[in-house]
Amino acid sequence: MSILGTRVVRTEDPGFLTTGAVYTDDVVDERLAGACHVFFVRSPIAHARITAVDTSAAREAPGVIAVFTGADLADLAPLRPPMPDLVDGRMAQPLLARDVVRYVGEPVAVVVTEDPYQGEDAAELVSADYDPLPAVVDMTAAADDPPALLFPEAGTNVTATFGDAAALQPGLFDGCEVVVSRTIVNQRVAPAPMETRAAAAAWGDDGRLTAWIPNQGAQGTKGALAAMLALDPSSLRIITPDVGGAFGAKFGADPEHAVVCWVARQLGRPARWSETRTENMVAMTHGRAQLQTITIGGWRDGTVTAYRLEILQDSGAYPRFGAFLPALTILMAPGPYAIGRAEAVARSVVTNTTPVGAYRGAGRPEATAAVERAIDLFAAEIGRDPAEVRRKNLLPRFTEPHRTAFGAVYDSGDYVTALDAALDAAGYASLREEQARRRDAGDVTQLGIGLASYVEITGGGAESGAPRENATVEVHPDGSATILTGTSPHGQGHATVWAMLASEELGIPVDRITVKWGDTDLIPEGGGTGGSRSLQQGGVAVQQASRELLDVARERAAAMLEANPADLVFEPERSAFEVAGDPDAAVPLATLAAEERLVVRTVFIAPGATFPFGTHVAVVDVDTETGKVVLRRVITVDDAGTVINPLLAEGQRHGGIAQGAAQAFLEEVIYDADGNPLTATFADYPFLSATEVPSFELADMATPTSYNPLGVKGIGEAGTIGATPAVQNAIIDALAHLGVRHIDMPASPQRVWQALQDVPAGKDA
Amino acid sequence: MIPAPFEYQAAESARHALDLLARHGDDAKVLAGGHSLLPMMKLRLAVPSVVIDIGRVAELAGIRADGDDLVIGATTCHADVAASGLVRSQTPLLAYAAAQVGDPQIRHRGTIGGSLAHADPAADLPMALVALGGFMEIAGPGGQRTVSADDFFAGFFETSLEPDELLTAVRVPRRPGPDWGYQKFVRRANDWAIVGVAAAGGRIALANMGPVPLRATAAEEALAGGASAADAAALAAEGTEPAEDIHADRAYRQHLARVLTRRALEHQTG
Amino acid sequence: MRIELTVNGARRSDEVEPRLLLVHYLRERCGLRAANVGCDTTSCGACTVLVNGRSVKSCTMLAVQAAGQEITTAEGLAAGGEMHPVQEAFRQQHGLQCGFCTPGMVMAATGLLAENPHPTETEVREGLEGNFCRCTGYHNIVRAVLAAAETMSA
Repeated sequence: MSILGTRVVRTEDPGFLTTGAVYTDDVVDERLAGACHVFFVRSPIAHARITAVDTSAAREAPGVIAVFTGADLADLAPLRPPMPDLVDGRMAQPLLARDVVRYVGEPVAVVVTEDPYQGEDAAELVSADYDPLPAVVDMTAAADDPPALLFPEAGTNVTATFGDAAALQPGLFDGCEVVVSRTIVNQRVAPAPMETRAAAAAWGDDGRLTAWIPNQGAQGTKGALAAMLALDPSSLRIITPDVGGAFGAKFGADPEHAVVCWVARQLGRPARWSETRTENMVAMTHGRAQLQTITIGGWRDGTVTAYRLEILQDSGAYPRFGAFLPALTILMAPGPYAIGRAEAVARSVVTNTTPVGAYRGAGRPEATAAVERAIDLFAAEIGRDPAEVRRKNLLPRFTEPHRTAFGAVYDSGDYVTALDAALDAAGYASLREEQARRRDAGDVTQLGIGLASYVEITGGGAESGAPRENATVEVHPDGSATILTGTSPHGQGHATVWAMLASEELGIPVDRITVKWGDTDLIPEGGGTGGSRSLQQGGVAVQQASRELLDVARERAAAMLEANPADLVFEPERSAFEVAGDPDAAVPLATLAAEERLVVRTVFIAPGATFPFGTHVAVVDVDTETGKVVLRRVITVDDAGTVINPLLAEGQRHGGIAQGAAQAFLEEVIYDADGNPLTATFADYPFLSATEVPSFELADMATPTSYNPLGVKGIGEAGTIGATPAVQNAIIDALAHLGVRHIDMPASPQRVWQALQDVPAGKDA
Repeated sequence: MIPAPFEYQAAESARHALDLLARHGDDAKVLAGGHSLLPMMKLRLAVPSVVIDIGRVAELAGIRADGDDLVIGATTCHADVAASGLVRSQTPLLAYAAAQVGDPQIRHRGTIGGSLAHADPAADLPMALVALGGFMEIAGPGGQRTVSADDFFAGFFETSLEPDELLTAVRVPRRPGPDWGYQKFVRRANDWAIVGVAAAGGRIALANMGPVPLRATAAEEALAGGASAADAAALAAEGTEPAEDIHADRAYRQHLARVLTRRALEHQTG
Repeated sequence: MRIELTVNGARRSDEVEPRLLLVHYLRERCGLRAANVGCDTTSCGACTVLVNGRSVKSCTMLAVQAAGQEITTAEGLAAGGEMHPVQEAFRQQHGLQCGFCTPGMVMAATGLLAENPHPTETEVREGLEGNFCRCTGYHNIVRAVLAAAETMSA
């Protein structure tokens, strides 16, 4: 009986549920004994010159060991933007601000105390003088008419461009019977994992640094820290404790992590830091933040013939991975549709706001949200059912790789089947009937039905480098096994699924297989976890390593049994090699590890990225008097290839759907005109609770990919990609009969109400 | 995230609490459930040098009937008010309001006295007390006094309590039956109201439409003059100048006040 | 000042400063680190424990307020090596992913079921409105609580 495809409960859970997982702030280790505590002083102003930082009062406060400012860190390198070929490398963030602060929350000084409570007391006594500069908050102004340049030496606030705006064809929409254009917002959101950032650092007598940091890949964190601290990578060891969620915002390292490590070296004692939620909301990278001009054209029969996407990406004050994300948005711009003529361009600009990084989906939700809004605008303009317009324009089923005009090679796709399955599961026809009934009756609460068909790219994101991953599998003489993986789970359940994959090959029970990750001394190489790469690269590597281990074991078994290796059969049920036809002539796998270690390390190299796809249907109630939206149902088809553990795959879909839906009608990071954040706590930022979402309805579809033996693609981000536009489209659909054509996200009650007020005035043009 | 340092005094009786208040005056804050005070202290918006804990003073807790009224001790937690058979049957609007505060954990600790003394104009209990025409029973060095809900809320997070006074109990009229309405407009379940309305017995109270819970007097007068719920509600925002924030601008708040008042007058909860 | 209280059935006596939050007392002084700090506005519930059987956000309670009370944490739910039915249900239903919200969620659910042993799905969702989760979308958490309710009433 194959274990693959079965609902195996997680091996991680008993510990997580009883004593709790061990997050960085929980780590108890003799190397951290006597640690001092680090607390950051942060800029209260969005853009200013720092004229003085007075730490004298803070130094006298109870328990204060030291206070450091930017001047003390002059030897350290700044945090440089990624992709230096694409993003202006001069726009680098000093580890502590020196002459200029560029966002509210930027670290300016650091207070080190004996006891954690004393840090906040002392930080209040650090007195910095700021000479205000004009705050650049609006991204359009930042690009085209800036009140100030964040980096005068760059001569512009534009940090990157993608595509060639001069090459956009003025005649792209010639011949279209209908053309619709609109500028829409894909708003800034906060990843807000439940665990904020943290670090614990200790320097050994051997001069090596050991740092415990929650991250999405210890190897990437090591590289980032080595660069900032000007260290030879061999002198750093990164240990990844349990991580309380990441969603793209815990890749690599942030300035604060480097400062904590530096403090530990400077003071000659271990140092620890744990961020408050308010700090996290302003100093962990944000997500999304694109302004999109979508133009779509075609014929009245529903055929889309042309599409253009122009993107302005807000990078925040210092370009991080977010500055690069428009490249992925452009790559996926046409989505699953066969659009004859399509083009896309983007610019990334810096503003006096929190830097923008990756956030679940990282550039692809933005692409899907844009084209799905465009499809619905087009459908509304020609008066056709949005489901029919999608069906008409989706690429027909293909099994051989399909290259798009944007250079993406979709490995396999069956988009119409996914659409039909989702509509069927939703009971689409009945929903439209109910909607019609409520419209005729003029009900206060109207029903909205929204769709989103998507294709997305997984396992090929540039953040994880070339599509490859390593795995080491070892069988021990006692019959247990250990797996070393280069992935870095933070809730995805790799400990269970990698064990399942090895168990399938080796016949060792899942609960006798230990999976390890996130220690750079143990596993020097690895691509981490992000971009939904882990199963299709890391998991496949585990399967590959297990098979290669059996090849090694076979030779040993043959020698031991004095048989021809070709005459041996491996029986997973017994976890033993047998001579074919003679079950008594057998040797257990574990025995073959008794004299010599039985261990194999392998690297799986994927042929390329894979492209999961699906359709989401959202059903909402909209109170036309108050504007309040209630999410009633979300029905999804998410095809990410073969499903190895349905229980875990469903969990990934649920979580993504909730986050995606939340962007559509709840979440938004808001700044005032001076760059002051207005949503910097969980009381102000509308993080959703269980009462705001229903139970979700997941339909199954699995089209294997030919790119790996398991046939798997990546499922982790599908939910955010499909749910956001489905819910947004549903809200607008609820009010379409009243003349509403668009509502920007989040569709807050105020925005919904305002859209209804604007219709009679003809403002919704 | 952490309060500034303070001196802690646990009061053993109401008298003891008053003695401590007399001694420390403006430097002290009273702690009951701590779910209005501690969040402020953790954000260092409140930095008392002395905290007087009345959470264990038995005489300040409890619910009893007293003639036409119910009397609820100041340190009675919201969960107990919401679950009380007496309150649910005799003044169901109050039980309902208490059940709307925050979330279950908050309701297990937050108290009616603490919430009223905190005087957040967006909160449930201040609005409910104004709608019910309730009274605050206050003890001070000069003895006891009673202040109506209409007079108790003096300004934004301000009450008419003197620094040396203690809110000891809340008195609400019995108002049994289904003729009341309560509307709390939120984006998420445990948010404060963007706008709230509570209506009972011809009184209409508004939350988050001004620095204190307001009476929708124009609407009340119309109602008293025989207007329908809809017609009266159309006047709900008269004379209000609600603040603008990330949730709502002025026009939208006033619109919500009208819509929610109509629904409350139609005895709807939501 | 000195406080005496009971934590997971064991009596304790500790010297604490008045501003020590109960959550930090439990984590640092008692070594019970399952309860986590996830926010600073009493919003997220990751710190939820039971105080005299009722769910409370331990970040918004001073250790000194807990004097004389009985505190139960997630570590105290499991008895004799066996998980509590609520914990077991969370595992079976995959009601946790990264696990950070989980101990608080489990304690809130345990408190909920003590007050309402047969909740509807809506009552479960409303009962957990003070506990945030970023990973699961709440779907399996709700299933876990409903499953636990069934097990516990059987």
